[in-house]
Amino acid sequence: MSETLAPTPGQTIGPFFHDALPYPGDSLLVPPGSAGAVRLHGTVYDGSGAPVPDALVELRQADPAGRVPRVEGSLRRDGRFTGWGRAATDAAGRYAFTTVTPGGADGGAAFFAVTVFARGLLDRLFTRAYLPGESDAFLAGLPADDAATLRVLRDTRPGAGTGAGPGDLRFDIHLQGERETVFLRYPRHAFPRCGR
Amino acid sequence: MPTTTAATSAAAPPAPDSQERITAEITAAHAATAPGAAQPRIDFPPYRSSALRHPTKDPRHADPEGIELVAPVFGHSDIDPVEADLTIQHGGEPIGERMLLTGRVLDGDGRPVRHQLVEIWQANAGGRYIHKRDQHPAPIDPNFTGVGRCLTDGDGTYRFTTIKPGPYPWRNHVNAWRPAHIHFSLFGTEFTQRLITQMYFPGDPLFALDPIYQSITDRPARERLVASYDHDLTTHEWATGYRWDIVLTGTHATPLERAEHE
Repeated sequence: MSETLAPTPGQTIGPFFHDALPYPGDSLLVPPGSAGAVRLHGTVYDGSGAPVPDALVELRQADPAGRVPRVEGSLRRDGRFTGWGRAATDAAGRYAFTTVTPGGADGGAAFFAVTVFARGLLDRLFTRAYLPGESDAFLAGLPADDAATLRVLRDTRPGAGTGAGPGDLRFDIHLQGERETVFLRYPRHAFPRCGR
Repeated sequence: MPTTTAATSAAAPPAPDSQERITAEITAAHAATAPGAAQPRIDFPPYRSSALRHPTKDPRHADPEGIELVAPVFGHSDIDPVEADLTIQHGGEPIGERMLLTGRVLDGDGRPVRHQLVEIWQANAGGRYIHKRDQHPAPIDPNFTGVGRCLTDGDGTYRFTTIKPGPYPWRNHVNAWRPAHIHFSLFGTEFTQRLITQMYFPGDPLFALDPIYQSITDRPARERLVASYDHDLTTHEWATGYRWDIVLTGTHATPLERAEHE
């Protein structure tokens, strides 16, 4: 391997990102109501089970055929499917995307790649949201309770007050607690150990 | 006193902490952390808002695959070049010290990150954000929103023109003040390289007191967030110049895979 440079550390997104990062159409990877459009939604929770109203969720995904989009235009979509979007949580900690169901890229399992930021969270977190019925060696290698945190659920009935309907995809994110979401560390990522 | 927001009142502490107590906790947390940590400790008690918002389990090792090996792509259709100048977004000149800010975005192997999106946001010269939840009683500047975007060039270089932000108070503890900073949002060539961080200014007297900055327990790592003043960048009778380079984590794609994607 060539010489490795020391990485620039991350810092919290803080409370004041809403005028900078969200933009019109940020969470609409495809137009609502278009062919194959599906709603992916969920709530971000803290360790006490309270919703996190100042989080930002980013989504990266393949198209339904499993192709990885490499096209610009996420900020001004103009009908292009870029496979990327972002959604700030609302006052109830909820986020929602309108997108298409991804296929598995490169023959792998089908999942949404997810990044989470929040006030109070000192560095970004990565996770995966696997489509119902999908699995791979990584997911199968997790204890069942942990694996469950990475599975997208399909809504079977309208959600009270959430605007969710049957067929929508649900993925809640627990930053901490009994149902803490499994977060990922990729090779070449430093992660300081707690010293306590 | 302004009322506290719903987000902060959920776990309202009985009595606000003193700076002395926060500083003692910072010292203790640093002593309890192995030296050389390149990233912030996400469980950092002196930053009170982190208590319920950090995972307690170690992250799981995953080999990136498929979609994780490809960052979103941005281009000239996404942004307008004027978005890189935060001083011309309104009818008049913003108040404060006009500054040029430039640097390179590199990956962990020293390769420039070309034609990629850089987003920034910041307080105005008085330490006030345009954000509706910022209740610091400093003036809003009608000529300054504090939001900018640009694409890096073929050499990985970004450039912004802006106003030097002021420090501002926050409610972590009594008399808590954030060092002046600019928030940066960065993408690499892979999804795994996503970074949001904060850039600081050299010599800030608030560094030692700030639990967010000090959550990076390793001094050399912390100092990688501090820009340098560059007199060659400073322009005659116009603006001061600061330079700050950013290094993302390393990539995972093989050279062949990279070649196929370019």
